[in-house]
Amino acid sequence: MNKPTAREGATPLRGRNIKTIVNAGLARRHAAERRFRWYGLIAISLGLAFVVLMFANIIGKGSPAFWQTYIRVPISFDAAALDPEGKRDPQALASADYAALVRAGLRQMFPAVEGRLPLRALSALTSSDAAYELQRRVQDNPGLIGTQQEVWLLASAAVDTFVKGNIDRSLPEAERPLKDSQIEWIDQLRAAGKIERQFNAVLFRNGDSREPEQAGIRGALMGSFFTLVVTFLLSFPIGVATAVYLEEFAPKNRWTDIIEVNINNLAAVPSIVFGLLGLAVFINFFGLPRSAPLVGGLVLSLMTLPVIIIAGRAALTSVPPSIREAALGMGASKLQMVGHHVLPLAMPGMLTGSIIGMARALGESAPLLMIGMVAFIVDVPKNFLDPSTVLPVQIYLWSDLPERAFVERTSAAIMVLLAFMILMNGLAILLRKRFERRW
Amino acid sequence: MQPLLLLTLLLLSVGAYHLGRKRAFAVAGGQIRNLHSLPGFYGFYAALWCGLPALAVLALWAIAQPGILVNWVVAGLPPELQNLPPDRLNLVVNDLKNLVSGNFVSSASDPVMVEAANRYRQLRAIGNAALWVAVLSFAIGGIAYAWRAISPALRARNRVEGIINLFLIASSTVAIFTTIGIVLSVVFESLLFFRQVPVSEFLFGLQWSPQTALRADQVGSSGAFGAAPLFAGTLLISGIAMLVAVPIGLMSALYLSEYATPKFRAFAKPALEILAGIPTVVYGFFAALTVAPLIREIGAAVGLHVASESALAAGLVMGIMIIPFVSSLSDDVINAVPQSMRDGSYALGATKSETITRVLLPAALPGIVGSILLAVSRAIGETMIVVMAAGLSANLTANPLEAVTTVTVQIVTLLTGDQEFDSPKTLAAFALGLVLFAVTLILNIIALRVVRKYREQYE
Repeated sequence: MNKPTAREGATPLRGRNIKTIVNAGLARRHAAERRFRWYGLIAISLGLAFVVLMFANIIGKGSPAFWQTYIRVPISFDAAALDPEGKRDPQALASADYAALVRAGLRQMFPAVEGRLPLRALSALTSSDAAYELQRRVQDNPGLIGTQQEVWLLASAAVDTFVKGNIDRSLPEAERPLKDSQIEWIDQLRAAGKIERQFNAVLFRNGDSREPEQAGIRGALMGSFFTLVVTFLLSFPIGVATAVYLEEFAPKNRWTDIIEVNINNLAAVPSIVFGLLGLAVFINFFGLPRSAPLVGGLVLSLMTLPVIIIAGRAALTSVPPSIREAALGMGASKLQMVGHHVLPLAMPGMLTGSIIGMARALGESAPLLMIGMVAFIVDVPKNFLDPSTVLPVQIYLWSDLPERAFVERTSAAIMVLLAFMILMNGLAILLRKRFERRW
Repeated sequence: MQPLLLLTLLLLSVGAYHLGRKRAFAVAGGQIRNLHSLPGFYGFYAALWCGLPALAVLALWAIAQPGILVNWVVAGLPPELQNLPPDRLNLVVNDLKNLVSGNFVSSASDPVMVEAANRYRQLRAIGNAALWVAVLSFAIGGIAYAWRAISPALRARNRVEGIINLFLIASSTVAIFTTIGIVLSVVFESLLFFRQVPVSEFLFGLQWSPQTALRADQVGSSGAFGAAPLFAGTLLISGIAMLVAVPIGLMSALYLSEYATPKFRAFAKPALEILAGIPTVVYGFFAALTVAPLIREIGAAVGLHVASESALAAGLVMGIMIIPFVSSLSDDVINAVPQSMRDGSYALGATKSETITRVLLPAALPGIVGSILLAVSRAIGETMIVVMAAGLSANLTANPLEAVTTVTVQIVTLLTGDQEFDSPKTLAAFALGLVLFAVTLILNIIALRVVRKYREQYE
């Protein structure tokens, strides 16, 4: 490569000199070129590696949470214990001692266990939800009373963690959540096929709970849903109207300049500042209730507005002026031109922008911490004023809890959140692909 | 609030639309050409007259009713209750409201309270009935007015379009009101704070311990509000983040725009932008549960003490989050450099990397600086990662292995849970918010100006 070429006659002496100088440096320069190229490649592979690493990490941690351990317990729905008066009175059925049934069932499986402490350890194998499960079954079907049934009952979080292989049995007894006797029982149950992992419906059915095996994301999902509905109902019409006004009607003057600068700045204001605004204005000044999806939606819609406005303006500018001129030429008023022709053509672009804005609002949590959507709320919210939390905040709350089972659930909640975000962004891409028009 | 009433109003408006249209046909003798506007506009005209005044009444009523009701009920209370100091009276009213909404309260057995609650319920029922009457009569009155006003010469289109125009203008001012709202809420509370803590102490003080004691005689009851350690912590974490994000982001952008084949670019660019779409709470979880323990183990292996909530972990993960901001912004900037400059450099025999470092980067430098500034402002304002992965204790240190705290972390910890609004502890959060808002605003304005100026240069 850096061999001097043999074209003596054509090149003057001085030129050859330059050529040798250049050729002498070529190897170094090409090496530098290759190095630079490698830096670039390394940088981009690092970035992509982070994406893969994060997803692998979350999925690896979270996917076990979609299965939950259940224990098959023989339960005798003793009529004398449940409904001594035999009237099937709902009140009596609701207040019967179902925990005793669970305890009796467990004892039936391990008749050798004696003494208060060992018995307590035995009943700690099942979750405290087991009693409520039996109660639900009896209330749904009072015919169960007086029968013998084998029932799959929710195991406690410690058992679940052990069955998933996350508790080291070689640790000293004091350092693990399960006693030696309990591990022995679990082994016996496993050998008898009476312990099993089933799909974790609890995760999608329950609200938050202090007991990991009973904690679910239903409440957070409903909270997110109500919040996003408010966000969309407020930010979409206002955003579209602003985009239409600025793009189609507004005169170019100082006032519209101020509006534009404002919108651009709002897009870059840290989200937590919006939380301060929500706290000071909506909660303290207007006295709206804390922790309500209504307030969360108000705050998030102010945050989402700039995104929708900017996307909306881009969509409006992509509609060619000839359409406007044609409409005006046919005698349409300016509003008719916008409403009948420009807006329908720009709508797919606006919707795409709004969906992306909604996806961002779905993942937002910092401003919601400010307005009290971080409370521990067990009940699933039923309307826009019920105290509630949202999915990202639920993730934040759970991530603080030390139990291994909660780490798993946090990752599972993240997977659900990411699935929703992928869904929304996928919808936006689909919309763009399907309706995008090149003029 | 009153969903049924709103629904009724909506249905009435739909009815008004059809009535208005019919009326327009009738007054025009069935000939559209006699009308000034299309019949639909007369319909909208009637619908607006039906809906808007009634909605205004509804809104005013909803704002005024609770206050008036409370006043009337309080006026009906026995004098010894009425003459309580305002804050005690507030408690009584709160009890009353809880009683009315059926919650259990301690005073449930008090006959005076029960009676007052009954009165409240009664008044509220009367008020709601009156509201229905008022709103519906306004709606029907509006329809009647529109019915009479519709004539072939009525400029219905202009009227309707005027209203829509007003709506458009009002919508576009929301952005301004949001900014005003942010500034006012932050500044107002900050002023209250600075009345208790001097500005100089807040900005330059080295002690930060906002936890005020419950009793006045406890040690450290005054609290210390020197925010310098917070600023230092924020800068440290943001600095680490930029050390990660700028080289990786910039080199990725250069590689993607100068070297990558179109196919690779089409795959890698969106894949990298996934990083920007991941919620920050996920990054926080990743930082706190994966990266921080990892760094600690590595530190322990080489004999370094690493705090479990080290600045390094938060900064590293924040850097990963910011990579796509830097890369996509610099990508735009690099693509804006005219091709002729590259061609000129190649024609002189420069290699690609020489063209990039000697022509492209100097030409794109202002834009790149702008995009880095935007990324810095993003890093400073980032909340969830630091809340979950950075510490709470305000250390004034430059050692990335120690735990530091940031402005955003303190805002969150000061404002979650605490309800009272007059303690310096709560107000301090707003002062921190003011600093945060001002700094990010200035950074953004500079960055946007630099980028815009630079873009104009090549247009």
